[in-house]
Amino acid sequence: MDVILFLVFAGIAVVCAVNLVVQTHPIASAISLVGVMGSLAVLYLLLGGEFIAAVQVIVYAGAIMVLFVFVIMLLNAGAEQKSGGSLTARYLGIPLLIVLLGLLSFLIRIMLPPSEGVRFGGFTGGSPEAVGRVLFTRYLLPFEVTSVLILVAILGAIVLARKELD
Amino acid sequence: MTAVPLSWYLTLSAILFALGVAGFLIRRNIITVFMSIELMLNAVNLSFVAFSYQLKQVDGHIFTFFVMVVAAAEAAVGLAIILTVFKNRGTLQIDEVSSMKY
Repeated sequence: MDVILFLVFAGIAVVCAVNLVVQTHPIASAISLVGVMGSLAVLYLLLGGEFIAAVQVIVYAGAIMVLFVFVIMLLNAGAEQKSGGSLTARYLGIPLLIVLLGLLSFLIRIMLPPSEGVRFGGFTGGSPEAVGRVLFTRYLLPFEVTSVLILVAILGAIVLARKELD
Repeated sequence: MTAVPLSWYLTLSAILFALGVAGFLIRRNIITVFMSIELMLNAVNLSFVAFSYQLKQVDGHIFTFFVMVVAAAEAAVGLAIILTVFKNRGTLQIDEVSSMKY
């Protein structure tokens, strides 16, 4: 059951990610990215991260992607025009990507210590209560610093996107 | 009920990251390039949560949470920058906004 769920949602994630890369229209890419994020939320649930799965759906697939889709609609972005890429990139890009992927998989295979694998329910420390307990004790200072970061981001977005008044 | 090896999760994370790198490099639309960055962040988040399971510690979830917060802030500022670029140049093609000089 675990293997089937993993394979199904990993397949959806990879197909959506490939679709994101090959589509030329940004709205199709945005919908594909929502698919990737939704299937990743299911994988987080399989890994025992209930809180992170909920936040993934609410913040990523909800808030951030709505922002993206709004901007795409606001700018009326159409399909992108073809532009001349370099010859090296056209013939070496895909093989080098496969080499990078093979190298990463090889490193994962040789460097990971042997373990019993992932079972649903094998780790129950990802509940909102457990995450909140650690977040507000051991990681309190980074959490507070993050609030300053959010404030700076809000101010930056307002300053950048306002209309010039003069 | 068989268990999924941890390396499968990490390999999936590597595949998603590589696809994000590919999209970042080959796309010409500035919004799609930005979405590829989000895809890379998501791939790294999957690694964090997988290692958190392996080590039976909740710290990886905290890091994922912080990455999401930073991604939200980045999306707000980045999309504001894209709006400003479009307002000044009237295009979304990154080839046409390659010079810093206006």
